[in-house]
Amino acid sequence: MFTLETGSGFWNPLIWVLIIFIAFLLFYGIRGFGKSIYKKDTEQTKAFLSGNKEPAPEDMHVKASNLYWGFTTSMKSLYTGLRKMHTGNLSDYLLWFIIVLAVLFVVIGVI
Amino acid sequence: MTFLDTLLQQSPALIIAIPLFAAFLMPLVSRVHSKLRNIFAVVMLSITGCFIGLLATDVLAHGPRIYIFGGKDLTLPLVRILFEVDAISIFMAIITIMLAIIAVIYSWSFMKEQDGLDKYYTLFLLVVTSALGMELTGDIFNFFVFLEISCIASCALIAFWIYEGEALEAAFKYIVISSVGALFVLFAIGIFYAQYNALNIATLANALQYTFLDKIALIILIVVLGMKAGLAPMHMWLPDAYGRAPPSVILIIMSATLASFYGVLRVVFSLYGNVLTTSIRFNFPLHVIIGWVLIALAIVSILIGVIMALIQSDFMRLIGYTAVAEVGYMFLAIGTTIAALGTSYATVALHGGILHVLNDAIDIGLLFLIAGAIYYVTKKRSLDDLGGLARNMKFTTVFFLIGLLAVAGMPPLNGFTSKFLIYESVFQLNPILSIIAILCSILILAVFIKVLYAAFLGPELPELKDVKEAPRSMLLAMGCFAALAIIIGLFPNLFLDTLVKPAADALLNHAQYITTIVGGI
Repeated sequence: MFTLETGSGFWNPLIWVLIIFIAFLLFYGIRGFGKSIYKKDTEQTKAFLSGNKEPAPEDMHVKASNLYWGFTTSMKSLYTGLRKMHTGNLSDYLLWFIIVLAVLFVVIGVI
Repeated sequence: MTFLDTLLQQSPALIIAIPLFAAFLMPLVSRVHSKLRNIFAVVMLSITGCFIGLLATDVLAHGPRIYIFGGKDLTLPLVRILFEVDAISIFMAIITIMLAIIAVIYSWSFMKEQDGLDKYYTLFLLVVTSALGMELTGDIFNFFVFLEISCIASCALIAFWIYEGEALEAAFKYIVISSVGALFVLFAIGIFYAQYNALNIATLANALQYTFLDKIALIILIVVLGMKAGLAPMHMWLPDAYGRAPPSVILIIMSATLASFYGVLRVVFSLYGNVLTTSIRFNFPLHVIIGWVLIALAIVSILIGVIMALIQSDFMRLIGYTAVAEVGYMFLAIGTTIAALGTSYATVALHGGILHVLNDAIDIGLLFLIAGAIYYVTKKRSLDDLGGLARNMKFTTVFFLIGLLAVAGMPPLNGFTSKFLIYESVFQLNPILSIIAILCSILILAVFIKVLYAAFLGPELPELKDVKEAPRSMLLAMGCFAALAIIIGLFPNLFLDTLVKPAADALLNHAQYITTIVGGI
């Protein structure tokens, strides 16, 4: 009931859950060996920015548009092409429909 | 004949009649009391769900069931509207009713402050009727009629927030795309009727000669229904519509979209099932060509969907693009099944594809409800304006984490189960396709990690300090999806053995679909 057979492999989610549970137990066990030296609201918790003043927390929040900046910049040419494709123009939507229809006509209908 | 037998016999018609009747009664009920309207909607959908459950037990135990409108027996010429319900039809109907009931529960709070809710619920129930009709009918013209009803009602629902100009624009795009598509479907139906003097799918499948005109009809039906399902590069209407419609509406439009995907399955496996192994030019069997065409479109969908989702800052549009990628996974599985027809891994791919329809409905549905909950409490759509919501929206955050892991195909949630079946079977057809699918799944994880960080983590933003948790009915709707994602993930065989495998068998055993009708005349 719990093992999913695919013919070439299998998957048992309960074994996975058990492994994760054991991993968490180990994690907490190892954590217990540590020393509790953390003191809240002291100099210890402040960020050191080479002597500069720490900005307000809300100003340090990285916005969604800036996340994966490196990835999107390195893939600039791909994104330029895809943005050109997604014009938002209804005529272009219909054009893509006609293009796919024509390609399939050649592949299935003519060949 | 017992009362239960009579109900069972009439259930295919009642499954359509109850939401249709409720839709036209809704303006009247709304006049009595708004709470009565909400209760009426959920009760009517629950009754429909009970009939679907009743019919499912019968169909899964005894095979396809037919219902002839206005007649008792099958007689020639077969001009009556006829419903033929098999395991795949009932599987899709279960998904539709599940989405509809959860969407109505969500609407109780989400739409509470809105005007025109009598029209909202009327249109909502009409979309439910049309999706169920598309899934249960055995008549191709009837399929077209339900497709049209779905287009018109969905268009009005997408434009529900009419004061937002973009909602109106999205609705306009949707109706143009849908109408053009529907006209092409009508043209294909005309081709069948002109050649075979029949509109019944089983009768047509039995008579199909695979003439040049049949080729044209096949191409039209695959392309139009693929476009309606959100297949790239014809997907562009989908992020527009999903990005602007209320989230409860998106759930029900999703059911209509999945009904179009079901249309592709019905056309390829049932209608053209007899001619799939026919050799066309260069000794290529037809199923290999169709399979690889679907695989190519699926890979384009997965890549475009994921890559475009990564750069979206509007939460709903981001999920819309992810939905395009998920549709790609379904078509990848179906394409593999068709291309490798007859092999053992083709069946595994079909199991994965069919299970992924259910998982897509749950995972993408959950994410849209979460996006709606965030919009409800913050009135913000852009992820750039959000941050630190996990502090005040603890339940929503937990549901998002479940949705994130599920949609990205992370074990042990439901998304992994179907993707695992897809990866394993696609690998046997072509390892490169499987690698692309796995890499894109990792990218989906990256897309939603971005959302997790941008919206839920990070410092508390001053303008979002007073944000509260979403109302109970919205949490209940999200909780239902989250629970299903966990249950399917932990006990995949429960769903595979009872629903998915019979549905796959119904598609592969197209002779049974044909003989149920043709053998009865």
